[in-house]
Amino acid sequence: MTTHTFKPDLPPPGKTVGAWAWMRANLFSSPVNTLLTLLAAYLIWLLIPPLLDWAFISATFSGTTRADCAPGGACWVFIKERFGQFMYGFYPTEERWRVNLTLLIAIVGAAPVFFKAMPRRAIYGIGFLIVYPVVAWILLHGGVLGLEQVPTTRWGGLTLTLVIAAAGIAGALPLGIVLALGRRSHMPAVRVLCVTFIEFWRGVPLITVLFMSSVMLPLFLPEGMSFDKLLRALIGVILFQSAYIAEVVRGGLQAIPKGQYEAAGAMGLGYWRVMGLVILPQALKLVIPGIVNTFIALFKDTSLVIIIGLFDLLNSLHQATVDPAWLGMSTEGYVFGALIYFIFCFGMSQYSQRLERKLDTGHRR
Amino acid sequence: MAKPVGASRSSLLNDPRTRAWAFQIIAIVAVVALGWYLFQNTQTNLQNRGITSGFGFLDNSAGFGVSQSLIDYSEANSYGRLFFVGLLNTLLVSALGIIIATVLGFIIGVARLSPNWLIRKMASVYIEVFRNIPPLLQIFFWYFAVLRLVPNPRQSLDFMGTLFLNNRGLYVPAPVGAEGLTAMLVALAIAFVASIVVFRWAKAKRHATGERFPVLLTVLGLFIGLPLLAALVFGAPLHWEVPQLQGFNFRGGWVVIPELFALLVALSVYTAAFIAETVRSGIQSVSHGQTEAANSLGLPAGKTLRLVIIPQAMRVIIPPLTSQYLNLTKNSSLAAGIGYPDMVALFAGTVLNQTGQAIETIAITMSVYLTISLTISLLMNVYNKRMALAER
Amino acid sequence: MKMVKSTLAALTAAAVFGLAGTAHAGPTLDAVKKKGFVQCGISDGLPGFSYAEAGGAYKGLDVDVCRAVAAAVFGDATKVRYSPLTAKERFTALQSGEIDMLSRNTTWTSSRDGGMGMNFAGVNYYDGVGFLVNKELGVSGAKELDGATICIQAGTTTELNVSDYFRANGLKYTPITYDRSDESAKSLEAGRCDVLTSDQSQLYAQRIKLAQPDQYVVLPEVISKEPLGPAVRRGDEDWFAIVKWSLFAMIGAEELGVTSANVEQMAKETKNPDVARLLGAEGSFGNDLKLPKDWAVQIVKQVGNYGESFERNVGQGSELKIKRGLNAQWNNGGILYAPPVR
Repeated sequence: MTTHTFKPDLPPPGKTVGAWAWMRANLFSSPVNTLLTLLAAYLIWLLIPPLLDWAFISATFSGTTRADCAPGGACWVFIKERFGQFMYGFYPTEERWRVNLTLLIAIVGAAPVFFKAMPRRAIYGIGFLIVYPVVAWILLHGGVLGLEQVPTTRWGGLTLTLVIAAAGIAGALPLGIVLALGRRSHMPAVRVLCVTFIEFWRGVPLITVLFMSSVMLPLFLPEGMSFDKLLRALIGVILFQSAYIAEVVRGGLQAIPKGQYEAAGAMGLGYWRVMGLVILPQALKLVIPGIVNTFIALFKDTSLVIIIGLFDLLNSLHQATVDPAWLGMSTEGYVFGALIYFIFCFGMSQYSQRLERKLDTGHRR
Repeated sequence: MAKPVGASRSSLLNDPRTRAWAFQIIAIVAVVALGWYLFQNTQTNLQNRGITSGFGFLDNSAGFGVSQSLIDYSEANSYGRLFFVGLLNTLLVSALGIIIATVLGFIIGVARLSPNWLIRKMASVYIEVFRNIPPLLQIFFWYFAVLRLVPNPRQSLDFMGTLFLNNRGLYVPAPVGAEGLTAMLVALAIAFVASIVVFRWAKAKRHATGERFPVLLTVLGLFIGLPLLAALVFGAPLHWEVPQLQGFNFRGGWVVIPELFALLVALSVYTAAFIAETVRSGIQSVSHGQTEAANSLGLPAGKTLRLVIIPQAMRVIIPPLTSQYLNLTKNSSLAAGIGYPDMVALFAGTVLNQTGQAIETIAITMSVYLTISLTISLLMNVYNKRMALAER
Repeated sequence: MKMVKSTLAALTAAAVFGLAGTAHAGPTLDAVKKKGFVQCGISDGLPGFSYAEAGGAYKGLDVDVCRAVAAAVFGDATKVRYSPLTAKERFTALQSGEIDMLSRNTTWTSSRDGGMGMNFAGVNYYDGVGFLVNKELGVSGAKELDGATICIQAGTTTELNVSDYFRANGLKYTPITYDRSDESAKSLEAGRCDVLTSDQSQLYAQRIKLAQPDQYVVLPEVISKEPLGPAVRRGDEDWFAIVKWSLFAMIGAEELGVTSANVEQMAKETKNPDVARLLGAEGSFGNDLKLPKDWAVQIVKQVGNYGESFERNVGQGSELKIKRGLNAQWNNGGILYAPPVR
């Protein structure tokens, strides 16, 4: 009879849970990785503590002048003192509630669009898009209903940035959809016109478009007609962005299976009904993330109006840094500006990514 | 086919083809009319106000200096030559920016997929931070906040007496041709031709026998050995002109002006964030089955990446990559904000202002960018077609 | 098609928002009277010449010319709306009719009168290009600036004049050009350039904006003629005359000793026929200019004469403390000379 001798038990496998195991799997899985981890940790050590020290520990938060600031740290007093200018530009102090109210209406008014339970969301949304600009204009510009008139030259800061971004998207979206439809049209002349238009605006830098709208547009118009400078810039921004929107929407249109067009046609629907009732609702839903991304780009692009002398957020910061009373505050100013732009853009991009994931699962089979 | 009832009365109006024609004609007429209207307005405006028009100004002497020019330029040269100065400056910053952004973007894109948690997180922080801040603000930051910390010429940071960094720029020694230059160039040419021969021969041999020949080593040897030999025999090919402090500034050598430096850093850092995302999604688009299949064939990790993953990922990466390159080129126009003499700042800015001919200068500037964009789009389409064919 | 739509959309938007101005349908004067204010193009911020105070009100020597025109036309110097313009925008803004007049420290040159569709209505400040340098450099004259890096505002006559000067003297320089004068000043301070070059008046204005103004000196050389003045669009003689004579009225009033304090009294009591003609007590010269009879009275009363405006904005009454120099009256060592009202 053969005797079986058991081999000794193998040692238990390494821990797969717990901090140490996690670190071994994610940080020290191989010699190369260990080296990389150490290198990265060193880099962080090099960057983060001085940054924290500058921004918080050695920084000055209270005071009213430059002299109150301790050397070696950030001088947030500068931001505090100029905060009103960064937010509202030269908008008269006693009228600033109008800006706040406009923003509040936007937030309250737009909120229902994001609630699933809301009945007739789309119709409400479109209605809001039409009504809101008029309300915003009356509130911001005034001159009617007993509101004091505030010419657009006095708008500035974050207010102006938001106005340009909002008006830009509100104008570019419908125009972009029409262009996208035109590009997919069966009529060669329409297609050529739309392609030319789209490729033209996509091929040139926004800065030249702004130059064009600020310097050339007045020469195109008949004598005696001139636009407000802000409106001219807006026209440039809208034409420019509509081309990008058109390309995004075209992507959505292409993704709709041909059967949808044929089925809608077989129901006896005309072109506009096919598009309006069947194709666009599906296509636009698909491209919402793309549109949000375009909007992020637009939001960042608004900073270019500094080149034509409008006082948006970036220009307000820039102007404040050349103030002799606050010299040497460039870093604080730009860091603050970067933070604001970052909050807006990052927030929107997170939203767009969430939407993307949500829409993605819907279409996976 | 039976006609629908009641259609005969307005059949012409209801016929989709007629309607399409009518609509197109209306569209074309409208566009032409609008164009004509704007053209007329412009003509009247220019005439009434006695504004010069036409492109004659391009031959006039410019009369002002430029801080950076890749070709010989003096104040007596024409606006036409100034146009090329601006164009070359734009191309310079775009080309350098594209190279740096690509390298940086690929590193970060790969780091974003690293198994190392810390590296992965750092890469995502980089991407999120830099792509969500307007490029113009980044340019301002580098130019007005960071580069202003650099000392003045008399207290330059000095690297071994050859490299100088001060607030006027980074001064590097410039190579100047010496007696051995011709020999060196010949040696390089020989090395180049020989490399091609070796490469072809090695390929043919591999196809015929399956044997591998160490091509890379041979080529490296050729490129280092031959020029070295030439230098030993004929003398040094170049000598270096080291910058010297003279009066206010350094003279001699090459200088990277702070405007260029700030623009380059900001654009590369910004674009790299987008490229990194492109690279990441490209690599992720290659299905995991490919890696497994490669592993089961016994390919080591490096070869899997090089021969299996990257070629397939490139097909996904290249189209968005090109559009990032285009964006970088267009964003280089932000130079106007910090006074780097690019196409827009120099031509659509200064020349416009000196001549007052807004329409001509802006039209020229726009058409330059349009030409660049359309050319690249065209190349892209050709590339996409080839890639599509290669699929089957 | 899409262009039509977009343009139509833009036009309707403009009409709805009431922004489509009718700046100069026909003669500018009628249009100005109809809309009730003068649209005046000024600089985007230059102490002493045109700048916004903390409250947002504009002040300065150039602004005063706009106000004088409004006073002449409406009898109310406040009926002005200002368009702050960058150097790049200023000419097209005028050419296109966006503004009625340009008063933005702009140099009068033949090409601007000729090819750019403008008419300069006179000179309100005789200037010249000068140099602002850091004392540390130990430079005492412009001839010592060989090899210097120079900050200049882009697209100005300064850019051309500096280049001419350095070429003529066989000197080398590196130009760094910025769109805005603020950036030039900032760069000088940071040491990006050795020299800040601009019209001398602007150098004084820039200097007080620096952190340590005493650290910088303006070199004695003035290397060019820069007659700065208001300009109007070409092709409207009446409006041209109004702007021209509004400026002359300010200059002439100073010569005749008419000030904002004594103008009303003088208008009634003067024995001097020159003063009487200027102030409308004798003849109706204002009406010939299509202005009210008391046009000059209103200008001097509300804006002041040239000397008052000068002292208040750039002279001893201001931070700039610029001396009159060339800008004194012709009988006082300067070259200001207003043609007579008669």
